[in-house]
Amino acid sequence: MSQFWNTFFNLPIILQTLPSLLREGLLNTVILAVLSSIVGVVIGLLAAVGLMSGWRWVRFPCRVYVDILRGLPHILSIYLIGQGLPLAGLTLFGNWTYGYAALAIGLVEASYMAEIFRSGFQGVEPGVVEAARSLGLSHLKTLRLIVFPVGLRRVLPALTGQFILVIKSTALVYLLGLSTGQREMFAVAQDSAVNNASISPLVAAGVLYLAITIPLTYAVNAWDRRLRDGRPTTRAVPAPIAEAV
Amino acid sequence: MNSPKTDSTTTSAPARPRTCVRYERISKSFGAQPVLREVDLVVDGGTTCLIGPSGSGKSTLLRCTNLLERPDSGRVLVGTEAITDPGADVDRIRTRVGMVFQKFHLFPHHNVLDNITLALRHVRHLDREQAVAVARRQLDAVGLADFAERRPTQLSGGQQQRVAIARSLAMDPEVMLFDEATSALDPELVKGVLAVLRDLAAQGMTMIVVTHEMRFAREVANQVAFLDRGRLLEAAPPDEFFDSPRSERLRAFLNEVL
Repeated sequence: MSQFWNTFFNLPIILQTLPSLLREGLLNTVILAVLSSIVGVVIGLLAAVGLMSGWRWVRFPCRVYVDILRGLPHILSIYLIGQGLPLAGLTLFGNWTYGYAALAIGLVEASYMAEIFRSGFQGVEPGVVEAARSLGLSHLKTLRLIVFPVGLRRVLPALTGQFILVIKSTALVYLLGLSTGQREMFAVAQDSAVNNASISPLVAAGVLYLAITIPLTYAVNAWDRRLRDGRPTTRAVPAPIAEAV
Repeated sequence: MNSPKTDSTTTSAPARPRTCVRYERISKSFGAQPVLREVDLVVDGGTTCLIGPSGSGKSTLLRCTNLLERPDSGRVLVGTEAITDPGADVDRIRTRVGMVFQKFHLFPHHNVLDNITLALRHVRHLDREQAVAVARRQLDAVGLADFAERRPTQLSGGQQQRVAIARSLAMDPEVMLFDEATSALDPELVKGVLAVLRDLAAQGMTMIVVTHEMRFAREVANQVAFLDRGRLLEAAPPDEFFDSPRSERLRAFLNEVL
């Protein structure tokens, strides 16, 4: 039993790793996750609009992009983009591995987000769109003022799941070989695990991942409920009949 | 906006400019299924009711008015502007034609007030304060002044439909289209919505109303038009239409519904 405990929960080793895990690892994980999410959301939105385009030559490349990146193992895409681009001379970020890492995760996530966004936008009742158009709103204004906000609300839970995947995907950039100071949580924990011949630092990292992902889920769910009910608290008034889907 | 006929202040003054809507040889198919066959109809102000069995094409004809459906051939004129012309500024012409749908289609992410101000702000480019003033006036006119902050889901069907009407009227249209506006409502809610339509008719709004409410058609319309299998079989003043129908089809239809 104590062998089990020492393997996973070796307190001295965890405490020794904790400062760099928090200062370096957690910080970099969060920065990477935010950067990748921005790339993912922006490119995902563009690809989603492209997927819904009436023009075949817009739709087709978007389809190809989404199908390929969703169809490949993440680890492979991250190698191909994160190492491949600089090797191929596309040194967008110079030697800054971090940039390639964020781009790689972002591009992978964008392919998933594109499909989530598209399903949300296409789920907006056609009649609501017609109502907007009949008032004289242009196609673009209808997208911006009606389809995007209504569609995004519908896919908020799915989107949260995706953001959690982004946070977890940041562990994969370990493969790109980040230098000290750039390491995210998994890299810090893994290095410490090797040095100390102990699994415990990885357990500590795991707890920290959960400390981000679980509250995030609950926060977004609360936000989602609030949007559905249209008021900050759900207690005072019984929820109206759930929006028919 | 550069239409000389509209005065941008929304007043309920009875003197409305009369706008003529003209359908010229409208044909439309969905796939291989023809839904409109060379329909000619003139709505010269007043209220025209479109009636006919389901699938007769009346809703499709109505939706051609603001180009929610594009006819395969033929022209639709709103006043002097042909919305079906290739170069037509469809979005601008649509601001002259309000539309109310069977299922209301309020914007689900906005409260009642913002449903009405949205187009005022983003199409008419009013500032928030002006838009809110117009919206409150329109809500008052449909008897829902106290419901401005509610969400669409917190309203009954009849209330939602009145908000939808207020949303259209806020744009100060010259023509209003109603696509079975009472069909999705519980019977006790129909009256309130029809009352709003009667008011509008009395104010001289040009209205085209797809409806199954024969009594409403008889009492309010200046013209009733009968469509059957994509053809316009008869269009006449209500007394003539209901009392001495000329076609066998209309006689049979009226026998069934009256």
